[in-house]
Amino acid sequence: METSFALTGKGYVIVAADTTSARSIVKMKVDEDKIKTLSPHLLMAYSGEPGDTVQFAEYVERNIRLYQIRNIYPLRPSAAASWIRRSLAESLRSRKPYSVNLLLGGYDTATFDPHLYWIDYLGTISEVPFAAHGYGAYFALSLLDRYHDPSASLEEGLATLKRCIDEVSKRLVVSPGKYKVKIVDKDGVREVEL
Amino acid sequence: MSRSYDRALTVFSPDGHLFQVEYAAEAVRKGTCAVGVRGKDVVVLGVEKKSILQLQDPRTVRKVAMLDDHICLAFAGLTADGRVLIDKARIECQSHRLTVEDPVTVEYITRHIAGIQQRYTQSGGVRPFGISTLIVGFDPHDKAPRLYQTEPSGIYSAWKANAIGRSSKTVREFLEKNHKDDLSREESIKLTVKSLLEVVQTGAKNIEISVMESYGKITNLELPEIEAIVADIEREKEAEAERKRSRLAATAAGQAAMSQRAADAGQGSGQ
Repeated sequence: METSFALTGKGYVIVAADTTSARSIVKMKVDEDKIKTLSPHLLMAYSGEPGDTVQFAEYVERNIRLYQIRNIYPLRPSAAASWIRRSLAESLRSRKPYSVNLLLGGYDTATFDPHLYWIDYLGTISEVPFAAHGYGAYFALSLLDRYHDPSASLEEGLATLKRCIDEVSKRLVVSPGKYKVKIVDKDGVREVEL
Repeated sequence: MSRSYDRALTVFSPDGHLFQVEYAAEAVRKGTCAVGVRGKDVVVLGVEKKSILQLQDPRTVRKVAMLDDHICLAFAGLTADGRVLIDKARIECQSHRLTVEDPVTVEYITRHIAGIQQRYTQSGGVRPFGISTLIVGFDPHDKAPRLYQTEPSGIYSAWKANAIGRSSKTVREFLEKNHKDDLSREESIKLTVKSLLEVVQTGAKNIEISVMESYGKITNLELPEIEAIVADIEREKEAEAERKRSRLAATAAGQAAMSQRAADAGQGSGQ
């Protein structure tokens, strides 16, 4: 089932999401990218109702870009998170709400520190050192409690992420096969192979 | 009575003119000058900047706006009207990406902007936009630079080089005389600055230049760079004037020598 992780470290945020696209009990696709690059230093992993997810992510992507073109500077992670949360909260109170859960990881180029936000479809937001969505969260959070270190180097961070992924593969009945992993730090966004 | 308020302001005069649209064009002619030049694989926008006041922040007065990664717009006329139109265009750029997952083409966004301008000449309770725009950019997956112009009436057209705003006629005539096909980057920038200098007396500090070299690659020239180009042009003009002077002197000397010879010959035959 859909799973996404994210954790912060020394000057970076790692965001990982599985790449399966499923309908009912059938896997339709195994190389879906569920992490959008919203701005040069902002990543968003999305999961939830298929269709809603892509629709909402694209809507957010275009609005963040519009803000950057209008104001020259992009939104900082905290501001972007607040705007996205509000969009979800307004959607929740509309006739047809989006059912989308998000992990928003960004690097603040003004204060030089990484930020991670956990956002769910009810418009809940919390800034956290590590986060997970989906069934994987039940296995990964305890692991992250034990192994997460906010001052860890990138290699250590990726090793911790690997532990989470391995644990999910080991224990979850319907565990996803592959993950896409992206990193955001002072140099911007990049993808890594785990 | 309340009906009269929401009727269009723009109504035909008996001889077929739309005066409001013509007044809008007049507002454009009063606005600061903007020039666009299309080169071989580059397109340059140059604008005349109003002298800012001593205590004003120059960064807050900008006349070239980015509409999207690959499209820039300069305008002449009422700045406040320009801001509104630019915002509408920017929204359309993102909206287009959202609906068809492709960036807009330069022609598409030009048509969209011209469409808005036309609508404001025909709807109730509004006045036309008092601006002309120059829109430059590159289409996605295409190397050819593009340059379009829109007018308050909603007319739009493509150009190799064009000018709008104050004294645009003079500048356009200059461009017509000096524009060649396949200009290089440096030549395009130089032609832009040169044509602007036709109407901007105060030189480099009142000129703003934006260069677009390929899809999404835009640079705004810094003041020292523009100053260097202006100095270069001044030198050339100086040299040209010098040549002209020496040529005149040479012809004058030649004529003098010839008349002297004629006079000598006349004296010789007299003896």
